[in-house]
Amino acid sequence: MTRTMRRAGAVAMGATIALLATACAGQGTADQDTEETASAGGDVTIEWWHNSNTGEGKEYYDQVAADFEADNPGVTVQVEAMQHEDMVTKLQAAMQAGTDVPDVFMSRGGGELQNDVDAGLLRDLTTDASDTIEKISSFAGQYTVDDKVYALPFSMGIVGFWYNKDLFEQAGISDVSQSPTVEEFDGYLDKLEAAGIDPISVGAGDKWPAAHYWYYGVVRECAFDTVEAAIESGDYSDECFIKAGEDVENIIAAEPFNPGFLGTAAQSGPTSASGLLASERVGMELAGHWEPGVVGGLREDQKVPDWLGWFAFPTFDGQAGNPSDQMGGGDAWAVSQDAPDAAVDFAAYLLSDEVQTGFAELDMGLPTNPAATGSLSNETLAQLIPVRDGGGETQLYLDTRLGQSVGSAMNDAIALMFAGEAGPQDVVDAIEEAAAAQG
Amino acid sequence: MADDAAVTTASESSATSSRPAAGTTRTGRPAAGRPAGGRQTNDKNLRKRLEIAFFVTPALAMLVLFVVWPVITAVQMSVYRWNGRGPMVDFVGLANYVSVLTDDVFVGSLVNNLVIVVASIAIQLPLGLAIALLLNRKMWGQGMLRTIIFVPYVLAEVVAGVIWFQLLQPYYGVLDTLLQAVGLEPPPQGWLGDPDLALWTVLVILTWKYLGLAVILFLAGLQGVPDELYEAAQLDGASWWQVQRRITIPLLGPTIRTWGFLSMIGSLQLFDMVWILTKGGPANATSTMAIFLVNEGTRSNNFGIAGAASVVLFGIALVMAVLYQRLILNRDKGVA
Repeated sequence: MTRTMRRAGAVAMGATIALLATACAGQGTADQDTEETASAGGDVTIEWWHNSNTGEGKEYYDQVAADFEADNPGVTVQVEAMQHEDMVTKLQAAMQAGTDVPDVFMSRGGGELQNDVDAGLLRDLTTDASDTIEKISSFAGQYTVDDKVYALPFSMGIVGFWYNKDLFEQAGISDVSQSPTVEEFDGYLDKLEAAGIDPISVGAGDKWPAAHYWYYGVVRECAFDTVEAAIESGDYSDECFIKAGEDVENIIAAEPFNPGFLGTAAQSGPTSASGLLASERVGMELAGHWEPGVVGGLREDQKVPDWLGWFAFPTFDGQAGNPSDQMGGGDAWAVSQDAPDAAVDFAAYLLSDEVQTGFAELDMGLPTNPAATGSLSNETLAQLIPVRDGGGETQLYLDTRLGQSVGSAMNDAIALMFAGEAGPQDVVDAIEEAAAAQG
Repeated sequence: MADDAAVTTASESSATSSRPAAGTTRTGRPAAGRPAGGRQTNDKNLRKRLEIAFFVTPALAMLVLFVVWPVITAVQMSVYRWNGRGPMVDFVGLANYVSVLTDDVFVGSLVNNLVIVVASIAIQLPLGLAIALLLNRKMWGQGMLRTIIFVPYVLAEVVAGVIWFQLLQPYYGVLDTLLQAVGLEPPPQGWLGDPDLALWTVLVILTWKYLGLAVILFLAGLQGVPDELYEAAQLDGASWWQVQRRITIPLLGPTIRTWGFLSMIGSLQLFDMVWILTKGGPANATSTMAIFLVNEGTRSNNFGIAGAASVVLFGIALVMAVLYQRLILNRDKGVA
């Protein structure tokens, strides 16, 4: 018995030592691999992280990687296709450690990108990818820090109201404007209410869907340059920010939202805001270009319903913002600081006419390369392109634009406004305080 | 240690003396016998120590890796302003602690934690005790009832949270559908969406989840009450209530106090269930200290604030645990 225990003890000890030794050895190997990859003049391996991890999207990206390898002998593209949240978590961990950052990966721009640049994690692409940047120049602004472009936007969508055409008709709304005034919009709400239909679903439990109302209020009430100047200086004293809050308060006061909206989730499950739209329980939802996919995924037949329509956030009398301006965001390919030159070529290849056209044909997003914008298969998605490219500016989701620290404080204050526990000034105060705390 | 000294003395004396008697000890036993016996004991001790090391090292390594190192990192993080990118260089001293302790959301979260501590004990103690006393009597379906009451405790927090989240969905959930079926109007924002109701709803769910633990512990404690005391009380003509008040509950004291300690610490660290149900909302009505620090850390990238909040949470839990130990658990010293 004692001998057995001693052996077990020895095995346990041995296993522990082996485990620790393996961990140390593993780290050594990883470092070695990186060095080999970077220093070798011939064969190069590029690690690429993306979130198209299922179906046609994954197959397409695998093919794109294979095509690039075929065109560039000696280059291997190591593809890591992950579920979105997993990818974000893994990226976050890699960025915090500052090591093992993939060569090419997705970035959302704004303050988050700025933080990565400040930490010296990203490669300046301004010169190395200048041809590509010229093609997509109208979208490069949100990925530019100190006049240098650090990521190449490949998909840029806008937020608006996704609505149920059948329920609108049922409520007697036959003529839906693509860009309604707030009076027209209020009319929709009244008619839907009168027909016994909950007009809007909003996932205020997740905060950011509610915050989108305030962001759009800012886009409408403030000139684009005013917002940029405020973000630059941290001074949000322009009256337009208060007006944006008042617009949101007016919408909340009309009580158009689904029952229990303060605890409703954004997209997860049938009782989420998207789920309520998918199951035809509400008239509309404010959401981005992802909504057809989400709604389709929440329906039994897994298809985007025919009744899904789209119109822009309403405009307001006397607004300072250009009516053509929209709020939205997208994804860009960033290249890590230590990545080989081939990684920049690969990121540029992902923005090529050929790859972007295939991307659009599969409705994987709204392409930024003008050569591909006419290739979207889904008509509902395609109708966003002329609005997005209609001459106005696209303001990045403000929480992304301001970075996570300030963005979260802002979203918290807006969620409180939806709960009736904060006013327009509180939102502005929260932003200013969080920005000041950042130093 | 005593054997080591003996070995040293014996070898020293043999080295320094040339007398024939040096080979013998005062007892007349061959001197060689002592060093040989000492070596055996010494080897035994060494083996024992190695054995202890073999068994303790894995656990110690895990403890250092998953407890000590994170605690040190949290303390280090708490004195820096750090957004999670690059090295920590912006030293801010105690500024993060000031921010945390003056933050309305953190203070609200602390109050919520304390409400949950007090309410958990105030609700679960009498309820758990009553059910345990009931189930301690011979009755039909006793085993089944015990199982039913204990099952929620066995369920994973996430599973239980998701089930309740769906049951409590406003208007479309089971509870509201039933209420509407009998002509009652559910709360407009739902049970978890109304800032005035949410915390109490969470408390009901926590009671459902953890009552089983209290009942099982109390039932176990009841097994330790000697039957002779009940028999004596019966002979004295004591009523059922008198027996419970004078014998059962006092003898159950140590179990109740231990359960109270577990309940208090669990309530202070509450996270999973609330995160699944409300994420701390609406309007921070159900936020706890653990939710505050997770929000600051993973959602807002304010890792310095999150570090300070975790140290404060640790401090509060430690102080309360020590006070509980001193004021309440100390009464049980020597009871066993």
